Amino acid sequence: MFYRTAGQFKTSYESDQALFPVRQDAILLAVILVFAWVIFPLTASEFTFQTLLIPILIYALAAMGLNILTGYAGQLSLGTAAFMGVGAYACYKMVTLMPWLNPVVAILLSGVFSAGVGVAFGIPSLRIKGFYLAIATLAAQFFLVWLFEKWAWLYNYNASGAIQVPNLTMFGVYVAGPQADSWVQYYLVLAIVSVMTVLCINLTRGNLGRTWKATRDVDIAAELIGINLMKSKLTAFMVSSYVVGVAGALFVFMWRGAAEPNLFDIPLSFRILFIAIIGGLGSILGNYLGAILIVGLPVVLGTLPAALGIPISSSMVEHINVMMVGGLIVFFLIIEPHGLAQLWRLIREKLIIWPFPH
Amino acid sequence: MKDTQGYLTADGRQIGGVLMEMRNITLRFGGVVAIEDISFDIREGEIRAIIGPNGAGKSSMLNIISGFYTPSNGEVWYKGAPRPLMKPYEVARMGVARTFQNIALFEGMTVLDNVMTGRLTHMHAGLLSQALWWGRARDEEIANREVVEKVIDFLEIQNIRKTPVGRLPYGLKKRVELARALAAEPSLLLLDEPMAGMNVEEKEDMSRFILDVNDEFGTTIALIEHDMGVVMDLSDRVVVMDYGKKIGDGTPDEVRGNQDVIDAYLGVAH
Ligand SMILES: Nc1ncnc2c1ncn2[C@@H]1O[C@H](COP(=O)(O)OP(=O)(O)O)[C@@H](O)[C@H]1O
Ligand SMILES: [Mg+2]
Repeated sequence: MFYRTAGQFKTSYESDQALFPVRQDAILLAVILVFAWVIFPLTASEFTFQTLLIPILIYALAAMGLNILTGYAGQLSLGTAAFMGVGAYACYKMVTLMPWLNPVVAILLSGVFSAGVGVAFGIPSLRIKGFYLAIATLAAQFFLVWLFEKWAWLYNYNASGAIQVPNLTMFGVYVAGPQADSWVQYYLVLAIVSVMTVLCINLTRGNLGRTWKATRDVDIAAELIGINLMKSKLTAFMVSSYVVGVAGALFVFMWRGAAEPNLFDIPLSFRILFIAIIGGLGSILGNYLGAILIVGLPVVLGTLPAALGIPISSSMVEHINVMMVGGLIVFFLIIEPHGLAQLWRLIREKLIIWPFPH
Repeated sequence: MKDTQGYLTADGRQIGGVLMEMRNITLRFGGVVAIEDISFDIREGEIRAIIGPNGAGKSSMLNIISGFYTPSNGEVWYKGAPRPLMKPYEVARMGVARTFQNIALFEGMTVLDNVMTGRLTHMHAGLLSQALWWGRARDEEIANREVVEKVIDFLEIQNIRKTPVGRLPYGLKKRVELARALAAEPSLLLLDEPMAGMNVEEKEDMSRFILDVNDEFGTTIALIEHDMGVVMDLSDRVVVMDYGKKIGDGTPDEVRGNQDVIDAYLGVAH
């Protein structure tokens, strides 16, 4: 009943290719946008900004970057966190070397560095696939974190070995560093993540997206219909690492405020891989759904039992969280490899034909 | 040295000059000689069949034409000039499209997207234009969609346009694969056993489509087929292979009368 496609006929290929061929999707999106842009920022507490809103957006973006590489182009990577690190360190060097640089410009430029590093580490993908490629990206992971530790120039020779986000302003308002307000940072993150999402949607639904998917599905056939596999894979590494690098810069500059090298170690890579898998490989929406689940679950576990008056220790919450995430991974890998996004697609299909099943 | 002398087919179609010529092709896999010193040509506008028992080397020959295998000896001439060593994607960009003996569709995509991949070689918008869905990328998306829709209409697969390919039955998959190849508007179309595993009705449909493609677009077609009846009906000229050697070459009638061919293939299989 809510999803009625009858009567919505397409009269041109252009309108058929529109982002939301079904009107109800557009309405749903509008509602979500009103929440994201107006209702959440007006009502959210500091706790909500810091534990839910901002991290969900940043994790979703990082997963989106990984998803382009793994979900769309079929190249498994276990080095996502290291590429986030490249973005974060690049941003740190830029704002300290050029303090006059607009912080948003710095964040967007950070991705250029991670894209370059990503392409370099993507070169093995031209010769190796699957499991072996995953191991090669793992090598990138180890190497880069080692570099973040050993290359003191990267963290401006701080005694702590960590990078500390300085106070940065834009039009006289603090946008990063200890002085920045959460709602300001939330809006900046929301704006950047929204724009990147639109760009990713466009890339994945057009010619490049089809090129990537063809490479993923049958690489030999892809080459025989005219796809330069090298170019296809390396653009996937480039675009993916760009997005991941921007997410890394946001991660440190708009959320954590400081970072040590080991922040970008394997656990973070896996966390993002889990978001992409649970959300759905080969889906843009899925990254948001996965991030909401992975970021939101521990928060819910940490607050709900207390609210219900059930005494539960914080280490217990941690254990339950790990068990549930593990269970979800197994569930999705076995039962629904296309993740939450596919579940939503099925529900939507049902809604379209409901209440007349045929 | 382009041979421009064509010939007139039995049903009165004018066949043009030589489009592709295989000269003394030999292909070895380690000790196995899959193809031994074979020469033949494919002329513009004709339907050229390659037949022979299993393992004769037919698919290998097609793989050489599409640049997937490099011949151990011999040359491939295309449009009057020897073709340098090329990657398969470069061959595709020169106007060679194909289907596969074992269907090789992109299972994670819809029928429409699969057929759209056939247009890849015609789309050149840059990364930025695509990311913004603006300018060249958008124009190309619309213009190429129109071509694809014509192919979809032509092959009568309108109603499965938005269906994920993975859900289709075998016969339809074969047709979608043909659609993807046709969408490229190739000058040479290679079909590796387009009717294998089909029932009689599906075979008739496919035969009709192949004839229509050749007729309406003038596309040159080289096809491999097992079903002798089908081959005789469809093709203008036939190459017969057996154990990597060419044992016959000519019109269906000539080939049918060739004693070597009868011994090696017709006599055994049919
Ligand atoms: N990639 C390969 N490696 C080794 N041998 C191959 C390869 N491809 C084909 N062959 C061999 O070449 C011969 C011809 O195979 P093929 O061209 O597939 O025959 P057909 O298509 O006529 O049935 C067979 O003996 C086959 O085993
Ligand atoms: Mg074969």
